Amino acid sequence: MAYIPHTDEDRRTMLATIGLERMDDLYDAIPPDVRFPDLNLPDPISEMEIIGELRALSEANLEVQHVSCFLGAGAYNHFIPSVVDHTIRRNEFYTAYTPYQPEISQGTLQAIYEYQSLVCNLTGMEVSNASHYDGATALAEAVILALSQHRGKRGKVVLSPAIHPQFRQVVRTYTQGMGLTLVGDESLDNGVEELAGMLDKDTALVAVQYPDFFGRIEDFSKLGEAAQEAGALLCVVVNPLALGLLKPPSDFGADVVVGEGQPLGIPLSYGGPYLGIFTTRKKYVRKMAGRLVGETVDSRGQRGYVLTLTPREQHIRREKATSNICTNQGLMALATTVYLSVMGKHGLPKVAELCYHKAHYAAEQIAALEDYSLWHDGPFFHEFVVNCPRPVTEINDRLIDYDILGGYDLGQDYPSLENRMLIAVTEVNSKEEIDDLISALKEITHD
Amino acid sequence: MEFPTDLMYTDNDEWIRVEGDIGTTGITDYAQDQLSDIVYLEIATAVGERLEKGETLAEVESVKAAAYVYMPVAGIITEVNEELADTPEMVNSSPFDEAWMVKFEIIDPAELEDLLDATAYEKHCQEREH
Repeated sequence: MAYIPHTDEDRRTMLATIGLERMDDLYDAIPPDVRFPDLNLPDPISEMEIIGELRALSEANLEVQHVSCFLGAGAYNHFIPSVVDHTIRRNEFYTAYTPYQPEISQGTLQAIYEYQSLVCNLTGMEVSNASHYDGATALAEAVILALSQHRGKRGKVVLSPAIHPQFRQVVRTYTQGMGLTLVGDESLDNGVEELAGMLDKDTALVAVQYPDFFGRIEDFSKLGEAAQEAGALLCVVVNPLALGLLKPPSDFGADVVVGEGQPLGIPLSYGGPYLGIFTTRKKYVRKMAGRLVGETVDSRGQRGYVLTLTPREQHIRREKATSNICTNQGLMALATTVYLSVMGKHGLPKVAELCYHKAHYAAEQIAALEDYSLWHDGPFFHEFVVNCPRPVTEINDRLIDYDILGGYDLGQDYPSLENRMLIAVTEVNSKEEIDDLISALKEITHD
Repeated sequence: MEFPTDLMYTDNDEWIRVEGDIGTTGITDYAQDQLSDIVYLEIATAVGERLEKGETLAEVESVKAAAYVYMPVAGIITEVNEELADTPEMVNSSPFDEAWMVKFEIIDPAELEDLLDATAYEKHCQEREH
């Protein structure tokens, strides 16, 4: 699309229309002495010098290429095959937007259609939208779907305390002023049974995480039954990579499955852009926010792709829409699509298995250390909680000296979990790295 | 365009048929014509619920717009047309018969006096054309 700026003649006409002579007259209301203040800026430098300066700044950062990373807590360091970056950088794809005249971009629509199909396969659900901003907003949209499904007649949402703290915060921000009652996450003691006990005729949704924020794997079948009995919807927040190994949440009777798609081919990049996975059952599709790409045939009988339900929100339902968030993470969804197709149905379980086994090796080794122990003893995926002999921040500060990025300090979100570290291990962590972590922890404890 | 004389109407394009103390309601021929092809319909109430006059009883969506259907008078729902959710196009083909949406027990017959007869409603529609 051509960008055509205004000509001098255009400007003169516009100024004449509003009765002004010069562009500067528009700024008359601003006192002249603050209109052009002296800015304290350094002198201009050459491109070569700027690159040198920016490189020095970037090298001052600590990043996962130069340290061993055991930090996870929602964003994970995985290997990304170079074909992912190569594909998303193609000129035809390299935009964050679904085009405004979508049907003309059949390639983009086909990519989104493939994304939806892959994500449905992974979660076991019937429908996936074209994605949301991130896992947290996807969970918030699940809450909105459940409220809408109950036509605003149920005002209670039960959240597990083992859902990512930031996800729960986003749900609170998203729903403020709606008069909802959000319960369940006030105490870490609220497990599946306690959450099931909170379900009643006013509950629209109960949400849990799988594996949970602490890495634990639980069976939510009973909770699914309890939700169904109470007429509430069950939402499961997933790490999609773990689904390469675990049974899909559709087996628990989940009505909505959401998750952070970052582990599937998206780099850490300081927290974003990430990918909000949102899947549900066909019967809720009319309440689902976002875009949905469908396959059809054109007037000549050839296969084609169309935006199936989007117009409802932007052009038809307008103020009556369930949610007005139509934006998706097109480019990140494409990255995930390429990642999943490259890994394939054998590669993905293999990555998940590697994560699982390496994490279990690390957990065993740490538990064998004199002053450390595991906080929980049930099954876990690639993340686990360690009881530490010293404050986590102190340990992490010392680990940096060993070129190790330590785990997440749980005390900052859960006061009762002071001195507890959440450690993530993925396929990129070698045995040597894990052994180095163990010996570093041993040394740190005794100084 | 049909304006059956045995029905009463609201200025929001609902019709009501009164048989004893039971009312039946849906949307008018004029309304379905304005909306054009209806692709989705959801009854937003259930048998046994009490709805006041003006409360939402259904939501319809066409290829052009979405609209709420409101209770013409207060009532307790006695029957819901379950078929409509699967065949919303019946609203286009048979707005006054097959596409009835709910039946209800009329709570206060005095409320019926505020409704329009066929002549007044047809005039109301014509006025909006201009």
